Amino acid sequence: MGIIKAAKVVFDYLKYSEEGQEPEVNRAIDGVDLDIAEGQFIAILGHNGSGKSTLAKHMNALLVPTEGTLWVDSLDTAEDDDVWKIRQKAGMVFQNPDNQIIGTVVEEDVGFGPENIGVPTDEIWQRVEDALTKTGMISYRKHSPNKLSGGQKQRVAIAGVVAMKPKCIILDEPTAMLDPNGRKEVLAAVRELNEKEGVTVILITHYMEEVILADKVYVMDSGRIVMQGTPREIFSQVDTLKKYRLDVPQVTLLADELKKAGVDIPSGILTIEELVNALCQSN
Amino acid sequence: MLRDITIGQYYPAKSVLHRLDPRVKFVGTLVYIISLFIFNSWIGYLISALFLAVMVKISTVPLKFIVKGLKAIVVLLLISMFFNAIFTPGHVVFQVWIIKITEEGLILAAKIGIRLILLIIGASLMTLTTTPNQLTDGLERLMKPLNKIHVPVHEIAMLMSIALRFIPILMEETDKIMKAQIARGADFESGNLIRKVKNMVPLLVPLFISAFRRANDLAMAMEARCYHGGDGRTQMKPLIYKKRDAAAYAVLALYLAIAIAMRVIGI
Ligand SMILES: Nc1ncnc2c1ncn2[C@@H]1O[C@H](COP(=O)(O)OP(=O)(O)OP(=O)(O)O)[C@@H](O)[C@H]1O
Ligand SMILES: [Mg+2]
Repeated sequence: MGIIKAAKVVFDYLKYSEEGQEPEVNRAIDGVDLDIAEGQFIAILGHNGSGKSTLAKHMNALLVPTEGTLWVDSLDTAEDDDVWKIRQKAGMVFQNPDNQIIGTVVEEDVGFGPENIGVPTDEIWQRVEDALTKTGMISYRKHSPNKLSGGQKQRVAIAGVVAMKPKCIILDEPTAMLDPNGRKEVLAAVRELNEKEGVTVILITHYMEEVILADKVYVMDSGRIVMQGTPREIFSQVDTLKKYRLDVPQVTLLADELKKAGVDIPSGILTIEELVNALCQSN
Repeated sequence: MLRDITIGQYYPAKSVLHRLDPRVKFVGTLVYIISLFIFNSWIGYLISALFLAVMVKISTVPLKFIVKGLKAIVVLLLISMFFNAIFTPGHVVFQVWIIKITEEGLILAAKIGIRLILLIIGASLMTLTTTPNQLTDGLERLMKPLNKIHVPVHEIAMLMSIALRFIPILMEETDKIMKAQIARGADFESGNLIRKVKNMVPLLVPLFISAFRRANDLAMAMEARCYHGGDGRTQMKPLIYKKRDAAAYAVLALYLAIAIAMRVIGI
């Protein structure tokens, strides 16, 4: 069993439309099966409202499935007694950097998680230093988070999760509110954690260049997982992706059009370099 | 304008004052406030002003930064001084219509003004030199005995520290919304009081909505990081008294003793 496994997970929520009326049952997640192996870099794509955030919250026991079961490192998230263990194993980084930093000094914020799980004082200091070094924020340890850039704030948030020594980090559109530079910084930090520390990464994103690096991509639509595979497999199906209202990288789109027009190149081209090579070879 | 409020903001530096135990600073601030009400003479005020000046000097927080925080209370200050000046009976200095300004009133107003200014500077010096986290740790430890009578001490402390952390963020947001609406022709300056209050509505609504959303997000982020109240929680920076804290307590005791002694012998 992988680090995160879901079996037929369904999540219903009640939607109150008008006063006094019976609430309507809406399905945000609809029969999701997942099996994520430890150490992988996973990307989850999907149009707005497709249930990505809802699924992410399940992986951290912030939400519990209405039907079906979700296991984090073999622990059932519906089991009340294991909630804190699960949240320690599967850390979560959210979209808005301002709304997830609790401390008023960078190092105090990073220490917040370890404090909550009862780590002894000396070890907290070690972990904080370690986590800030890994995310490249050690020189800002005494700074106020308010004065950092968006990318730096997100790296502090990541450090806050890293300090809890999780096996898995779930990032829900961590770069959505950042400029291109901030996006690069955050992504580099995440990749380093994945490659050097072997932390499983589950990245929810709208940016295709972030998806290309993933080991595996899941595409969600109306609460279901509708596509899965390597980035190349996914991006070779341009028409299906368009059906799910997803952006396709421009190179991939161009390559696809060229292919349709009869140029002899492989499908699922992801980078400009690849396209150049393919074009050179096709002649 | 809103950014000028420095109460509740932390000014990072490495002074002795910054390194003191927050409990000392909290008790110190309390002692200082009490002393302001014990002192009742110009000499007394001079002593408390000097004491504060020395503390500010030690803190290495630039005076400009502290004075900026006073701007926010100027109105409050003027109002309380004004009412003290006109409602104190005594020797009339001059009279406009039925408003009598008395000598006693003027003196009282000046005293109130001095007290308030010193009080605000004193209190903001505490928050400027103590991170909200330390401050709440300190409060939590000081109030711990109240836990026995079921006061949720840890929760109150956490609540305060979060409020303090979000003050600057909400200020900035207010500023932003204000500017956005001024750019669309909103007017927050002119008109009478009722008009002004009415004009604030389009400012407050988005502010409240965003504050609620933030609170929601933050609660989730805290839960995701295993926050579950004070039980079983350890501390990254546990409070341990050092020698300098004992020295600071001694200075405070001396200061308070002087205040009381002066009051007793009537200077
Ligand atoms: N508790 C709830 N109350 C109301 N609506 C909900 C609730 N939970 C989920 N939803 C709805 O479920 C759907 C899935 O939401 P979710 O936030 O998971 O989407 P998402 O894929 O993360 O979208 P986005 O890209 O905008 O972040 C949305 O239509 C959302 O409005
Ligand atoms: Mg979402």
